[in-house]
Amino acid sequence: MSQSAIRIRAVIRKEFQEYRRNRFIIYTMGTLPLIFTALPVITLFSISNTEAPSIVKTQVAITLLLLLVIPVVLPATIAAYSVIGERDQGTLEPLLTTPVTREEFLLGKSLAATIPTVGVAYTFFIVLVVAIRLGASSVVAHQVWQPSWFLAELLFAPLLAAWSVWVGTAISARSSDVRVAQQLGTLASLPALVLPLLMSLQVFKPTAAVAIVIALALAAIDVGAWRIVSKMFDRERLITGASAVTMRAEAGT
Amino acid sequence: MIGRWRRSSETSRHESTVAKRQWFARRRYGFGVRPMTWQGWLITAIAVGGAVGALAGVQKTAGEILLVGVVGLYLALAFSLGGTKRQVVTDSRASGSDDDPELENGAAKVIVPPEIYGTQTPREIAEEIISRSGKFADTAEDGASSDSVIVVSHLTKQFGQRVAFEDVSFNVHRGEVFGFLGPNGAGKTSTVRTLSTLVSPTSGTAQVAGIPLNADRDVEIRHRIAVMTEVPGLYLRLSVTENLAFFAGLYGYRDAQPRIDRALEAVNLSSRASDLCGSLSKGLRQRVGLARALLNDPEIIFLDEPTAGLDPVASLEVHDLIIDLRDKGVTVFLTTHRLDEAEKLCDRVAILNTTLRTVGRIDDLRQRMFHKSILVSTAVPLADPEGLFSSIGSVAGWSTDDTGGYVLTVSDVRVAAPAIARALVAAGADVLSLVEGHHSLEEVYLELVGAGSMGGVR
Repeated sequence: MSQSAIRIRAVIRKEFQEYRRNRFIIYTMGTLPLIFTALPVITLFSISNTEAPSIVKTQVAITLLLLLVIPVVLPATIAAYSVIGERDQGTLEPLLTTPVTREEFLLGKSLAATIPTVGVAYTFFIVLVVAIRLGASSVVAHQVWQPSWFLAELLFAPLLAAWSVWVGTAISARSSDVRVAQQLGTLASLPALVLPLLMSLQVFKPTAAVAIVIALALAAIDVGAWRIVSKMFDRERLITGASAVTMRAEAGT
Repeated sequence: MIGRWRRSSETSRHESTVAKRQWFARRRYGFGVRPMTWQGWLITAIAVGGAVGALAGVQKTAGEILLVGVVGLYLALAFSLGGTKRQVVTDSRASGSDDDPELENGAAKVIVPPEIYGTQTPREIAEEIISRSGKFADTAEDGASSDSVIVVSHLTKQFGQRVAFEDVSFNVHRGEVFGFLGPNGAGKTSTVRTLSTLVSPTSGTAQVAGIPLNADRDVEIRHRIAVMTEVPGLYLRLSVTENLAFFAGLYGYRDAQPRIDRALEAVNLSSRASDLCGSLSKGLRQRVGLARALLNDPEIIFLDEPTAGLDPVASLEVHDLIIDLRDKGVTVFLTTHRLDEAEKLCDRVAILNTTLRTVGRIDDLRQRMFHKSILVSTAVPLADPEGLFSSIGSVAGWSTDDTGGYVLTVSDVRVAAPAIARALVAAGADVLSLVEGHHSLEEVYLELVGAGSMGGVR
């Protein structure tokens, strides 16, 4: 099914307008990355050139793990609110009477959560690596300024964010309560941290080839998740609280 | 040709046999989207425990054990997503609408038996008709024609075991204001939601704007209709213009500003275009909702209680807007509790209470439900009203009303009135007034809705 860019853009624009008018969203989007960046910077800046290479390597890996936590955790609550929130404020029914398809609606919602998250993640990554280049010891700078880490951040941040968003959106599309959706959304986004965790534990090193292969796999998962979540988006259930399939089964028709 | 609702492939698969349906229902309770059952938790626990135990036994690496643990947790969450309560599933009113459930609509080819008319009261007439056919409809206007923009045939919607509306059939003609009346829970909103493709019918067929109501063509229908829900459903943090621009975008308009300006002008809100919707009164929000419904120049506009909560002046503005829409050829499907509003605006009305009680022009309904009558008022009571009225051939019967006046049942007002006047003058009566009896839509409504409940019709 072809998607309408106009409709998707309309959803994204509306979401951004709502973010702007709700300062708590902006604040929380900035606070968490700030903490996740500031703490490792302090740690890395305290490492001298005489530190053992293994310790330096571990500290750098943990830092980069924290940076990849940002795109996973940041959009989780926003995504979990995306559908149930519309229903909660009474805007879902008017919205669903327009020609927007569920795929367009969900893609717009997803992009609106992913784009700022990735922007924030990239920004803090750049701030971190520049700060390290300028102020940290040379051994730390050498460890951080590896093409593989840059590639991993570049590729994994948006893909992990998208994963987290789709999980949150799936929960949102099936939940009946905003609070439950947001709590579950945050919890359910955590498995996406497995990838950066394995990298920080040095189970594998993100060489260019490995990073690209993993990125392709993540991209495939994200596209599949879009389709699956779209199938889970049941207009009837969202409007009336009852799914058509269940109702027919119960009615015996 | 009216299109029958086509179910999705998933739906069809699960409904192919009773056994499959039962299996599916069990699966949902045990494993899928409802985590609150012991089966669901057991399956989840076995899955998580098994995965962790097996893999941890094979690989001792801390990272891999951790991986397995996290994946296990993920599976647990994934399999227990949702959590919608059962009562929510089966209660359509949980969605916030107060008039979903039972509507009836029947009526395509119901012939009203002529013998029913006679000495019966209106309530008896209604009960008689409903008991005979379960329906009471306008026979002359009920057939579909090329002029019909909504054609509904034997449409039924059930929420679980509960019938929202059943066997509903009616037509709405192009450019008319069609009133949809009924008590709370009659199924009016469910009908609107069905016709606007938000929910799928359980059975029956329909055409909206000439397009079969069909899962594959719902987007096409939504391009040609607009729905104003009872609650405007606006984004309160956005301005009026931003709200309308969003919806214009959903309709696929690139440069929507002229449309937005026109819509705001139509509802007299141009001066508030930059205001945040959260700062508007309920009445103004309602008008923004109306403006939104005008954005796509719809062929059919569904208005669900458009004047609910509005003050009289604002209501009058909405009425004027509805009349303007009709004058422009837009078909208005008006759901309302306000019978005065329906009487003022609607070309035809349908009255529902799970099943359709009637559909037709208000004047026709009055004639069908009530005998024609002439009300006579005199300065002093007549000495022998029985002798006087029985001597007039065109008077079929008479009674007194609460004010001491006389209600004369006649077959033809134009023939009877002069004869009655002459007889009264000849009898020396001091006549204060002699007028044709008038029955309001409210009387028709109460008779039909009351008859249904008394007659045991669901």
